[in-house]
Amino acid sequence: MIALSDFLILGAIMFCLGVAGIYINRKNLIILMMSLELILLAVNINFVAFSHFLGDVAGQIFVFFILTVAAAEAAIGLAILVVLFRNRQTINVAELDSLKG
Amino acid sequence: MAQNSQTMYLAIILAPLLGALLAGFFGKIIGRIGAHMVTIIGVAIAFGLSALTFKGIVLDGGPIYDATVYTWGVIEGVHLEVGFRIDELSSLMMTVVTFISLMVHIYTIGYMHDDPGYQRFFSYISLFTFAMLALVMSNNFLQLFFGWEAVGVMSYLLIGFWYQRESAIYANLKAFLVNRVGDFGFLLGIAAVLMYFGSLHYATVFETAPLLRDLTIQVFPGVNWSLMSVICILLFIGAMGKSAQMPLHVWLPDSMEGPTPISALIHAATMVTAGIFMVARMSPLFELSETALSVVMVIGAITALAMGLVGIVQNDIKRVIAYSTLSQLGYMTVALGASAYAGAIFHLATHAFFKALLFLGAGSVIIAMHHDQDIRNMGGLRKYMPITWLTALIGSIALIGFPGFSGFFSKDLIIEAVHHSELAGSGFAYFSVLAGVFITALYSFRMYFLVFHGKERMSASVRSGLRETPAVVTVPLILLAIPSVIIGWLGVEAVLNGELFGGSLLVLPGHDVLGAIAADFHGAGGFVLHGVTGAPFVLAMAGVAVAWYLYLARPELPGRIKQSFGLLYNVLDQKYGFDRFNEFFFAGGARGIGTLLWRGGDAAIIDGLVVNGSARTVAWLASVVRHIQSGFLFHYALAMILGLLLMITWFVTL
Repeated sequence: MIALSDFLILGAIMFCLGVAGIYINRKNLIILMMSLELILLAVNINFVAFSHFLGDVAGQIFVFFILTVAAAEAAIGLAILVVLFRNRQTINVAELDSLKG
Repeated sequence: MAQNSQTMYLAIILAPLLGALLAGFFGKIIGRIGAHMVTIIGVAIAFGLSALTFKGIVLDGGPIYDATVYTWGVIEGVHLEVGFRIDELSSLMMTVVTFISLMVHIYTIGYMHDDPGYQRFFSYISLFTFAMLALVMSNNFLQLFFGWEAVGVMSYLLIGFWYQRESAIYANLKAFLVNRVGDFGFLLGIAAVLMYFGSLHYATVFETAPLLRDLTIQVFPGVNWSLMSVICILLFIGAMGKSAQMPLHVWLPDSMEGPTPISALIHAATMVTAGIFMVARMSPLFELSETALSVVMVIGAITALAMGLVGIVQNDIKRVIAYSTLSQLGYMTVALGASAYAGAIFHLATHAFFKALLFLGAGSVIIAMHHDQDIRNMGGLRKYMPITWLTALIGSIALIGFPGFSGFFSKDLIIEAVHHSELAGSGFAYFSVLAGVFITALYSFRMYFLVFHGKERMSASVRSGLRETPAVVTVPLILLAIPSVIIGWLGVEAVLNGELFGGSLLVLPGHDVLGAIAADFHGAGGFVLHGVTGAPFVLAMAGVAVAWYLYLARPELPGRIKQSFGLLYNVLDQKYGFDRFNEFFFAGGARGIGTLLWRGGDAAIIDGLVVNGSARTVAWLASVVRHIQSGFLFHYALAMILGLLLMITWFVTL
């Protein structure tokens, strides 16, 4: 039998991978967005695991919402990315520093 | 009766005020003649009624008037009032003030004839007369202070009457500032009176004063001072400012920048005597403090001697008389210190006449000389200006105290009084006033000989224009010369036996020096005979003889003496360095403090630290913090996550 803690550890590992991906990745904006997806998925795993072990369906319904929003976000994000590439001919994260103070 | 006299006193004080207002505000409408008519009529009314008052109170022994006319306000039981106290002292002062003022008004018609500020001038001098009357007639400290400050303001305005002259502006500012130092002491004195007596009314204060005689106060912790001494010395500091005693005398010589009638009215005859009058008025307080009396006497003695010496080296005709005034004010102060208040006021009155005479005479000479005031350019004016010559001679003789003239009686009285005094410092004061007699004679006759006798040193163009001045100038001279001769004869007996001042001056039995003189007094004639054989007469004659020898017989000698006593001459010529010291120490010090506060306080702390400093701190902080804003997404994300972690840790551990 797989325990709740196993799911939570998996979620935590995925979350950390996502964070590490955001920080370590200096090249590609797409990888950054993928890391973001990874973080959201880690959260989803936690939701599903709790929903299953506590017998409450609300968690799984919440996951659907998150997936929907994540899909929308990915679509908008990719659209922005395309526009960005058109403007700057690059998606290199290290070069996107126009917010620098 | 009381109602009548109140109306009369109001008329005395308000007539000059009305004249001043009319001449001041409607000067353009009423014109020059209107301006001098209205002010002269105002002052003439004041003089006539003052003379009537004098007759009623002193000669006929009428009742003393002391009442409140108007209550201005009441603050916690302290009444702020306008009131009159008309007794022997104030009625004498009123008569002297209004008489001199009237003479000066008439004289001004001639002296200021071509001046564009004619109406303004008449308005000022009438307003001055009003202020002086308010001071003299007051029955409480508040009104005294009002008059005191008002005459100060008028003095300021009149010294700077020719406001386009830089030296006049400098002089009037100086007079104002120096007087302010004195007034500070005066105000503290009045405050002390109010604090311990709870009243500003003369009569109440004088009645309560003996009860507080032994009271001591601690101004500084651990030092006990007699209350009476503190009050009296503070009040006297005020008198030192107004009556130009050392070291607050520096403004008076400079005040000669004003027109000559003003020098006669304010800076010789009336305003500068306000301090003397005030101390005499406060005699019931001063009598209770021998310390204060000694201080008064010593300060007066120093002034009498030191200022006379400076008078010898002055070359400006008005400055010689100004230093003479300082010296004579010193005599009056010495008399106050010796408790001879009556002698001081007597000298004040006689001095008012002959010093106004001398000043107006000097003004007459100045008119004839086309406003050249240097006595080295004069000489031999006797035959051109006989009336001025004769009246100036009378004034000079009265000033040096030649037996029979008014100055003799009052000055001899003072010298005798100091001789009888047993207070600390009286020995020094006696020496000073005796030496002062010689010096007075020397500088007065130096000026007299240089101006009216000897070689004619003026330029040919000035000489051709020399002639006697018009009647509006000479008539006041003659009218002033008469009292300068006779007033001593009339007054001396009444002063000595106490009739003139009655109960208005209080002298304790132990201090009664005038009483001691009166015991030996056998009529004015005997006093003159006694004077001829006394030391002061010999000294005065010696002074005249020396002046004659140096400036008429051997005119080349003074220059040689000047060379061989170069150091002494320089000390006197620099007036003992008071001006230099004040300029360096007080003016320089004030400027130094000002610069320090400006540079340090204003520029550095307020502008630099507070205003610009806060802005600069924000800018610096921002310049540091902006380095965190790298612009890289991953930095922001990391910061966000770390922040979240911290927050979660905080929530969990709590």
